[in-house]
Amino acid sequence: MTTTQDLIPLKGVKQSPVEELFTSGHRTCQGCESALVMKLMIKAAGPRTIVLGSTGCMYVANTTYYSTPWVVPWMHTQLGSSGSAALGTAAGLKALMSKGKLKDEPINVIAFCGDGGGADMGLSAISATLTHNEYNLLILMYDNESYANTDIQVSGSSPWGANSTFSPPGTLHRIMNRRWKKNTAGMLAVGHPQARYIATGCASYATDMMNKVRKALSIGGPTFMHTLDPCPKGWDYDPMYSHELGMLAVQTGIWVQYEVEDGKVTLNGPSKMLAKGKKRLPVEEYLKRQGRFAHFTKEDIAYFQSQIDEMWEKWWIPGVIPPGIADG
Amino acid sequence: MTTETPTQPLETEELISGSEAIARACALADVDVITAYPIRPYDTVMQFVSKLIANGELKCEYIVAESEHSQFEIVKHASAVGARVFTGSSGVGWFYAFEVLAVTCGLRIPMVAMVGNRALDDPGAFGCEHNDALAVRDLGWMLNWAATAQDCIDTALLAWRVAEDPRVFLPCAISTDGAFLTHSQQIVQVPDKSLVDRFLPPYDRGKFQLHPDNPITIAPQVNEDWLMEIRRQTDAAMRRARDVITEAHEDFKRIFGRGGDPFLEEYMTDDADVVLIGMGSLTLPLKVTVRRLREKGHKVGFIRVKWFRPFPGPELLESLSRFKAVGVIDRDYSLGSPLNGGVLFNEVRSIMYSAEKRVPIVGFIAGLGGREITIPVTKEMFEVTQKAAEKGEAGQEIHWVGVRE
Repeated sequence: MTTTQDLIPLKGVKQSPVEELFTSGHRTCQGCESALVMKLMIKAAGPRTIVLGSTGCMYVANTTYYSTPWVVPWMHTQLGSSGSAALGTAAGLKALMSKGKLKDEPINVIAFCGDGGGADMGLSAISATLTHNEYNLLILMYDNESYANTDIQVSGSSPWGANSTFSPPGTLHRIMNRRWKKNTAGMLAVGHPQARYIATGCASYATDMMNKVRKALSIGGPTFMHTLDPCPKGWDYDPMYSHELGMLAVQTGIWVQYEVEDGKVTLNGPSKMLAKGKKRLPVEEYLKRQGRFAHFTKEDIAYFQSQIDEMWEKWWIPGVIPPGIADG
Repeated sequence: MTTETPTQPLETEELISGSEAIARACALADVDVITAYPIRPYDTVMQFVSKLIANGELKCEYIVAESEHSQFEIVKHASAVGARVFTGSSGVGWFYAFEVLAVTCGLRIPMVAMVGNRALDDPGAFGCEHNDALAVRDLGWMLNWAATAQDCIDTALLAWRVAEDPRVFLPCAISTDGAFLTHSQQIVQVPDKSLVDRFLPPYDRGKFQLHPDNPITIAPQVNEDWLMEIRRQTDAAMRRARDVITEAHEDFKRIFGRGGDPFLEEYMTDDADVVLIGMGSLTLPLKVTVRRLREKGHKVGFIRVKWFRPFPGPELLESLSRFKAVGVIDRDYSLGSPLNGGVLFNEVRSIMYSAEKRVPIVGFIAGLGGREITIPVTKEMFEVTQKAAEKGEAGQEIHWVGVRE
């Protein structure tokens, strides 16, 4: 029986492995936070890892023939297939190791997908994979809140009202994307009670994110992570502000940092402080920094703020479980 | 080549369906990863597979997927790390996996799949049509059609051998006519594993194995810089598959003592004036009709196309010129294609363009949606082909037979 690798938590950035396993050779945009997620993810996982990448920015912009940045074995998988790719790879390794056809050792399996590949097209395969307890794997959804690779089209994970090439503000309709962002990690956590680890993360909080990757890979069974990745091209801001926008997303409470381990929810870092009563920054501070919300009126901002207030004040667990039982 | 006659009891005689035969082949081949998803009629193979696993007769990772797309994607990735795989589908289920079917060839991933041939409903139909498997004919899948349950077990073993040969590394689909093969039992010689081990070497992905000891990047963006060269490599692999298939058939014959010609099965064609050509389970009624017509003095024969991809072009070219007319039976349709004929018809007609003597070729669309190809229907097809032989020209090229007007 193959076990998982023993990946102990890092007590700060200085303990982070020096070795880079996602190196030069990619051509992601300046300020691309998703590229940082890739770099931190594989740094945390280490060299005995297989990475599967579904179609999206982190496929197309990263892996040009003859100039791959991946030091570890890497394979493309279809847009909706991060769940299946992780499952197939883990099953193949398990079969070969259990039959003695391959040396028995713990090999990390990580499949990543964007929000289009994960929250939209690949959701059913991710859900199915999270029910297969006998395979050790991590599915990481890097969420830049649009189909950023294909020209910034709205996805099921785009924020309400965001300007995208499929939801541009116009003279008749100022708000074209009238859908609220899906609660992907929350729904997967609630819907797959036997999956041992589901977490959200943000590369602005690098050590926290790396430790979540390490826990997801070492805890055993199928696990899921959802990161929020500021995207200069899709969100329309100066690339130098990626890190800051990630922090603002957490500090305004629009993005909640948490992990669900064996069914127990823990809010992390600034999100934990917000839950304890620390004042949230107004969401306007976050929205006004991004061109994709430039068409917002005061009423739009107020509506946005009201939804975030409701999440923090009325949800059972902010960012995870909405108020399910009516009062009275 | 020396002929090794197998000593008894290296095979047992059993009454099983085509689906059960393929499930047994999975156990004999020690398949590592199998994925299932229900759709009639192919799913019967997975019912047998799951029972074999439950009884400890087949050891593998067995995953019931949540869709055909995932079903094929899971085994694709399992094969990439070096696992021998099996999966399958039918009709629109096969189409649900189409994206994966396409990329598996470009990735040069060996995968063996069973297609329980089924109509592409709507309108609803469980019965046999060949359009499901034929839809991938241009993409790099090797395709063969089984005629009997024995064929099912034998072809499955051949499929792994050819698909996993490093000269080929392409996926292979075994087509089994829905109901006629998937659900009908026949007497099958089931070989002992020791025989199979002599025929089927372990799958070795070699330098393409995805593993931390071999940190390669598979399927990067190649675009216009390299895609054409890569397509050409896949084309070369398919061309090489012809020889690998021939080689595998020869070994199969030597070890198991059966098989015949790798690409074509010719039945009473030696002195025939007129032959019909077809694929799959219609072989049985056709053979019966050939015998009955011969009893009445008609010089008729039948040719079964065993492998559709790679297409037996050279074999057909060599064979067909000696007849006075040829009729091609399609259990499929190719709407708007040349002469509005079926897929096999157009392929046969295409290969005969280079023949010195161009025999008249007529095409028949028959047995769609699982409609039985009856003896009267087969006789009608021989009559039409006979008339073409007498006139020395096809006349009306395409005939829908066994259909209400």
